[in-house]
Amino acid sequence: MTEMTTHDSANSQLKRTPLYEKHRALGARLVEFGGWEMPVQYSGILDEHQAVRTRAGLFDVCHMGEFKVEGEDALAFLQYLVPNDVSRLAIHQALYTQFCLPNGNVIDDLLIYYLAENHYMLVVNAANIEKDFAWVEGQAQQFQRVSISNQSDTTALIALQGPQAQAILQPLTETDLAGIRYYHFASGQVGEIHCLISRTGYTGEDGLELYCASVDAPALWDALLTAGKPLGLLPAGLGARDTLRLEAGLCLYGHELDEQTNPLEARLGWTVKLAKSPFIGSETLQKVKAEGPQRQLIGIQLLERGVPRGGYALYAGEQQIGSLTSGAPGPTVQKSIGMGYVETPYAQVGNQISVDIRGKRVPAQIVALPFYKRQ
Amino acid sequence: MASLNHPGNLKYSKTDEWVRVEGDEAIIGITDYAQDQLGDIVYVELPWESGQEIAFEEKFGDIESVKATSELVSPLSGNVVSANEDLKENPEYINDYPYDKGWMLRIKFSDASQLDALLDVDQYLEYVQGR
Repeated sequence: MTEMTTHDSANSQLKRTPLYEKHRALGARLVEFGGWEMPVQYSGILDEHQAVRTRAGLFDVCHMGEFKVEGEDALAFLQYLVPNDVSRLAIHQALYTQFCLPNGNVIDDLLIYYLAENHYMLVVNAANIEKDFAWVEGQAQQFQRVSISNQSDTTALIALQGPQAQAILQPLTETDLAGIRYYHFASGQVGEIHCLISRTGYTGEDGLELYCASVDAPALWDALLTAGKPLGLLPAGLGARDTLRLEAGLCLYGHELDEQTNPLEARLGWTVKLAKSPFIGSETLQKVKAEGPQRQLIGIQLLERGVPRGGYALYAGEQQIGSLTSGAPGPTVQKSIGMGYVETPYAQVGNQISVDIRGKRVPAQIVALPFYKRQ
Repeated sequence: MASLNHPGNLKYSKTDEWVRVEGDEAIIGITDYAQDQLGDIVYVELPWESGQEIAFEEKFGDIESVKATSELVSPLSGNVVSANEDLKENPEYINDYPYDKGWMLRIKFSDASQLDALLDVDQYLEYVQGR
């Protein structure tokens, strides 16, 4: 047997999160991900996936990057930097957006948290921290009263996801969690630990994400695992995170998004506010919107046995019309599913296409995204 | 490794297949170590019919876990007697019973000297630990 798509790694150059020793103690399988040594699974991907859908799962996402953007020009700068409308945020509210190149393609996708007046936090993908920081710093040169700092090393992030997330966390904090709406956050104490508690996530379930100081992360992790155990909480790795986000139709940078893809192709038009003041990429994106994107993100479901994977070619008859960017067996939807790009004329839901799985054309159907939506 | 099972009466390949000899036939599957590394197995493709010839180190199938696709590599040459049809409906047998219900291929082997080149259990465990 020879493995084709993933490799375990014992590379000592890899970065580790403050929870590394916790993962070792829990018997996690550790793999390389974006330069980090991360848990891909503990008890098993299916088990952890199911826990998040029905109870709760706990994810180490400390590898994500956090930048602070502060100063009187912070809002004007962010409005120029990203396509979404940061001026719509109320304090204690977050939004999803991207950094785009002048050609409209995506440098990274991120969340922006409005912490206080003139004070924002940007949360970016782990593999892109250095690239993003250089980009953000470079663009900030044109603004005088704005300062940027990279706080990734001192900021930890733990995601508590699933229908029991709030019930698990509430006994540990005096902050009223029910009062935190989707894409809102509050600052509060969890035990003795100061946290930013955010109702956000990447699983398609309700859930909370907790930012804290890196030194506090191990104690927070233990407190959550202990509190969650009676409610069926499991530690969950990147394997389950990937099947969960895929079922929820959420883009993963490096797969659905990259510097060859613009947000309109990725069906992220709802985050691109062309009516606001000009931003980096706005001219190109205006044009793309007017003409319609050449290709579009689609979801597919395999109609026969097999597993679609990122990189596999998509065909309409004998013509290649695109390729997959992600694919896996969907544990909750109980179908083999994938996301990818096809030329726009082929992107209609219901269309029959085929996936080239190692030289064999397997029939598939274009289906609506997301594959899974919670009740 | 401690909780994994690798029987002493089997032969092992460096590509993590096991071989059990029964007369002039050999049964092939993947090891407990291999299934553990792969994680939840959801699909296995074994496109073989009885009598078909199989070559030494030829790819004999694909195995899909939730996370990854791997190729199965034949540790012996010979002729296929049968492939495990039950795995189509129950690929999880490979995780749960790698040495019995999770078997993959039964072949009539054509070169007994290939068996001698395979690892015994101690050699295999040493090989796995050295990875």
